[in-house]
Amino acid sequence: MKKHNYSFKFSSLLFIGLISFNSSLQAQEPVRIAFMDPLSGAFASIGTSGLKQIQFAADYFYNSKGGILGGRPIEIVALDNKQSPTETQIQFRRAVSEGLQIIFQGNSSAVANTLNTTISRHNRRNPGQEVLQINYSAVDPILTEDNCSFWHFRFDAHAVMKLNVLTDYIAENQDIKSMYIIGQDYSFGQVVSDNTIRLLNEKRPDIEIVGNEFHPIGQVKDFTPYVTKIVSSGADAVITGNFGADMVSLARSIIDSGLDVPIYTFYAAYDGITATIGADGVDRLRLVHNETANPIPTERRKEYIRAFKAANPNNDVTQPRIANALQMLVAAMEETQSTDPYDIALALEDMRFTSLSGDEIWMRGDDHQAFQSLHISVHTDEGIEFDADNSGFGLFSEYHVAAEDTVVESSCQMRRPRR
Amino acid sequence: MLEVFIFATLNGLVTGLLLFMLASGLTLIFSMMGVLNFAHASFYMLGAYFAYSISLQFGFWLGLIFAPLIVGCLGAAVERYGLRRVHESGHVAELVFTFGLAFLIEEAIQFFWGPDTKNYQSPDILDFPLFTLFGQEFSAYRGFMIGVSVLIFIGLFRVLTRSRIGIIIQAAITHPNTVANLGHNVPLIFMGVFGVGTALAGLAGVIAGPVLTTFPGMAIVLGSIVFVIVVIGGLGSLAGAFIASLLIGLLQSYAIASDVGMPDLLNFLGVSFERDHPLNDLWTMTLPQIAPILPFLLLVLVLIFRPTGLMGNREE
Repeated sequence: MKKHNYSFKFSSLLFIGLISFNSSLQAQEPVRIAFMDPLSGAFASIGTSGLKQIQFAADYFYNSKGGILGGRPIEIVALDNKQSPTETQIQFRRAVSEGLQIIFQGNSSAVANTLNTTISRHNRRNPGQEVLQINYSAVDPILTEDNCSFWHFRFDAHAVMKLNVLTDYIAENQDIKSMYIIGQDYSFGQVVSDNTIRLLNEKRPDIEIVGNEFHPIGQVKDFTPYVTKIVSSGADAVITGNFGADMVSLARSIIDSGLDVPIYTFYAAYDGITATIGADGVDRLRLVHNETANPIPTERRKEYIRAFKAANPNNDVTQPRIANALQMLVAAMEETQSTDPYDIALALEDMRFTSLSGDEIWMRGDDHQAFQSLHISVHTDEGIEFDADNSGFGLFSEYHVAAEDTVVESSCQMRRPRR
Repeated sequence: MLEVFIFATLNGLVTGLLLFMLASGLTLIFSMMGVLNFAHASFYMLGAYFAYSISLQFGFWLGLIFAPLIVGCLGAAVERYGLRRVHESGHVAELVFTFGLAFLIEEAIQFFWGPDTKNYQSPDILDFPLFTLFGQEFSAYRGFMIGVSVLIFIGLFRVLTRSRIGIIIQAAITHPNTVANLGHNVPLIFMGVFGVGTALAGLAGVIAGPVLTTFPGMAIVLGSIVFVIVVIGGLGSLAGAFIASLLIGLLQSYAIASDVGMPDLLNFLGVSFERDHPLNDLWTMTLPQIAPILPFLLLVLVLIFRPTGLMGNREE
């Protein structure tokens, strides 16, 4: 009887101990990360799809496996900036007042530039409460060149790196004798236009630039008048940096006009674009991007995509770099056992990380620009294991450039904060 | 150059007539109720989405018939159970009501259909070039769009000027009390006009959806332009709306097709600026670049020189 009592006491003690251990794990403060992108308005589809991807990546890699930094879960806080620089300032204030110190942002270089300036100023004035900008998609080179900042990291190849690859590819196609450039009238569109002209001039001086058109971003109802000009210019190919609805409408108008020329793009896939373009765009639309599309090289990434599709049947893993950026960020946190932006930034510098597809990513310390292999893929329905928009159509990668061949010089003169 | 001109004209006609379908309903509603319906373009978007959903099940043609009917019924219900109640609180309340409704419809569409672009396609039967001119195709579907819009214009014009209902509507616009005293049910007329106006917007959405892409931002892109048309044409004037629609459609189309800009003007004047001039953006601006804001420029000019609009006769 006595013995029994003792063992009961022991087990209840153990039980209480277990509970308290458990609750200490439960009560661990989450690591909060802001995701600031358009979640409403004309470009909502890109933003909401990005949000699903970062949320899934956080759950898949960390939250389902006991969290990070010894049991802390990752909490993604969605902030809707409507892709407007003004709204971004407001949302940034909100992020700061809620104590958020890491901000993911990708859509629109104009917004990224605003955020970059705002964060630099904020960090200078509020030492100890710095904010880190994780740029997963805004590709205006200036962010890692003249306007580079210690607090900004870019995980996508910038526009000139991508255009280097794209123009190499175009230069190999001897059928192309003339090129039409059309783009949204803002920083990124201008960069695409200027550098396409410069690079094609170097690589294929015989290619004539027969048009260089800008249109207001998100304002054009009907692209047919623009396409009429493209047709009458006699261009052999079109290059555009358009994204979202501007990309779909442009591609549809080109297809509807019966113009049969290759279209070189940055963002003409996923979020309804692939399904809308469908059979008419096969072998005509090409994209330059990081992380190879079909065929997917590793089983790990296939598993990841399948798990994502199981959780989000109507979405796709459109931007693998979101998961890459999160993984590298967490690796930096684990390495320093800290969530302080300064420590994280130092650990991210010159980090080398192998992504799910076995691709090595190098974050250059001098300008905080990531380098990894780049690919050109074609819109098709052949050899597509993982399609887009559940349409049967998808991207097939047909041209690859190794990471070391994408490295470009940077004019960045980084001002490093002292601690 | 001739081919650019011809195609610019055709494109301008397509856009202009499409805009007219929206503007006609808006201007009728305005002249009756004295309230600008901010949610008008949202009904256009609803039309496209309903037609998309119907076309998945039953094909494009049933969508063409039923989507505008559904939108029209929704519009009538909005007037009967929403606007009419708000009406007692005055015009400002009505304005705010329609403004809120626009947001509500956009959010509802994102909620039910999601934020992605929808794969709403034109019917296969119209999937051929109507004619080819100078190597450019003009698709049959665009011809169909012009046809539908013209039919609507003629039908609307005949109903309003030749039929008994039209006479009552016109009378109700200017003398609602007299019409009511003659025994007509003026609130019912209002509801009918609102319903027909929104149905026209819905129809515009149905035929524009496949060409201008169906996505949650389509109302915003078109919405502001429609107000510009109604104001330029003269508030409440159907003929004015028609002229202004075509004017803006053609103006934008020609501006995009043109290849002139500030550099040409400066050359002509013999002035030149360095590339690093602080106003470099201004000196290098071209007409195609600013084409989408030309309607707003025209709006300002019309408001300055002819505040009643081109055909408007309202003096307030």
